Amino acid sequence: MSTDRSARVEDRLFYNRYLLDPGHPHIKVRPHTMPSSELVSMLTTCPAHCYVANDKHQIEVAVDGCIECGTCRVICEERGDIEWSYPRGGYGVLFKFG
Amino acid sequence: MRATGSQDRTRRDLVTAETFDIIVVGAGMAGNAAALTLAKHGLKVLQLERGEYPGSKNVQGAILYADMLEALVANFRQDAPLERHLVEQRFWMMDDRSHTGLHYRSDDFNEERPNRYTIIRAQFDRWFSQKVREAGATVLCETTATELMQDANGKVVGVRTDRADGEIHAGAVVLAEGVNGLLGTRAGVRKRPTPDTVALAVKEMHFLPREVIEARFNLKGDEGLVIEAAGTISRGMTGMGFIYTNKECISLGIGCLVAHFTSTGETPYGLLDRFKRHPSVAPLIEGSEVKEYAAHLIPEGGFKAIPQLYGEGWVVVGDAAQLNNAMHREGSNLAMTSGRLAAEAIIQVKSRGAPMTATNLSIYKTMLDHSFVIRDLRKYKDMPALMHTYSRNFFLTYPELVSESMQNFLRVDGTPKAEKEKQSLNSFVKSRSWSGLLGDAVRLARAWR
Repeated sequence: MSTDRSARVEDRLFYNRYLLDPGHPHIKVRPHTMPSSELVSMLTTCPAHCYVANDKHQIEVAVDGCIECGTCRVICEERGDIEWSYPRGGYGVLFKFG
Repeated sequence: MRATGSQDRTRRDLVTAETFDIIVVGAGMAGNAAALTLAKHGLKVLQLERGEYPGSKNVQGAILYADMLEALVANFRQDAPLERHLVEQRFWMMDDRSHTGLHYRSDDFNEERPNRYTIIRAQFDRWFSQKVREAGATVLCETTATELMQDANGKVVGVRTDRADGEIHAGAVVLAEGVNGLLGTRAGVRKRPTPDTVALAVKEMHFLPREVIEARFNLKGDEGLVIEAAGTISRGMTGMGFIYTNKECISLGIGCLVAHFTSTGETPYGLLDRFKRHPSVAPLIEGSEVKEYAAHLIPEGGFKAIPQLYGEGWVVVGDAAQLNNAMHREGSNLAMTSGRLAAEAIIQVKSRGAPMTATNLSIYKTMLDHSFVIRDLRKYKDMPALMHTYSRNFFLTYPELVSESMQNFLRVDGTPKAEKEKQSLNSFVKSRSWSGLLGDAVRLARAWR
């Protein structure tokens, strides 16, 4: 189910134009042993499927496909689960239509 | 991809050498309205935009309301990139296999100066920004404002950016940084949006030849049509789907309250897929080519979520101030109006030679309170809580009951009509009980009045 789902999202993100900024991830997950329920909810709520669980059930983020909506900031930042910034000027998603 | 680099560097040197009256953070609807108004009155304006060009980070459905733009650019119809003027609006109450619709279509909307248009934000915002530049503002793109600079007394005196030597001073800052603005929160003048005050919407752009769009939606020329849809498509969450016609593409999306996404475990793209596969929707987009997938937060908290609107050396406008009328799906017009009023307030203070203090800038709030912006939001101040709390009734139970009643009514099977009506009524009472129905009606009427 989850591989199916992420494959579909990745197909969608492929339509979009990005200027990647390697080495400067604008979202970071705080290291943890057990993720909070908020962090776990990002596995389904992130519209770009940037959040994935590793084999130790910890949550990781890969920001390359991020569409900068801020949903994870709204859900997780207050608890300190993540650090959230916008990408540096000019980088990130570049909408052709918006 | 960053061909503008060297040009930008020259521009940046210019910018740091100059001093500005006002910095506007963001080049969306609110920021452009503010920067344009300020620049037209001869103030020295610097506008910062983190995208490659104005619009490259902005997402909207998108409907443009002519009146509020006309107050800023009187002859915008001459050269603005408009898609279609709207002649028809459909509201759909959906269950999984049907929709019950309310349509309004009028030839009166085929007027010389149409009232509503569909637009494509990345294109529209570029045009709007050009007007801002022509009025004399300096627009600096590819620059992320990272922090408000405050003096010892807490007065905002400028912004820090992510560029080297990126501190820029100004007499006041207009925060037009959007629903997910970071600066106001980091400076402690505004709270971060909470999961129950913002919706997450996802949207795709579906391309089709214009004659196909016109045939499927019964349109001719630049006529356009809007469908707003609610019901079981949001799986019991507070949310809506939408379908907007552009010239050669269809904007299609769905949005639900963030708090409901986290509690249900539904995925935004799963909802979008289900909406697209719905038998009422699928034929409209059949054979289309998708060219973009976007997501954005929408302020949904209404009147009660509006933050402090002004302070020492700053004002906040548009989505950043939660100025969105969720009941009427109006946002960009509230953004443009608040941006314009904030600019007019600043112009008044400046023309008196007075400092940009909270007391002096408070006229912005007075002006906004008297405008349709706050008056409309106040009218619906109880609607968000009602919709968010009773979402399963309004978005699951009632749509299913309405569909069942309609089908019962329309199927001709020899059952007398009186009996059919009784059956339908019984379904409502069975699902919601008399007191439940009455309670919902009273709550709705109270919140609406």
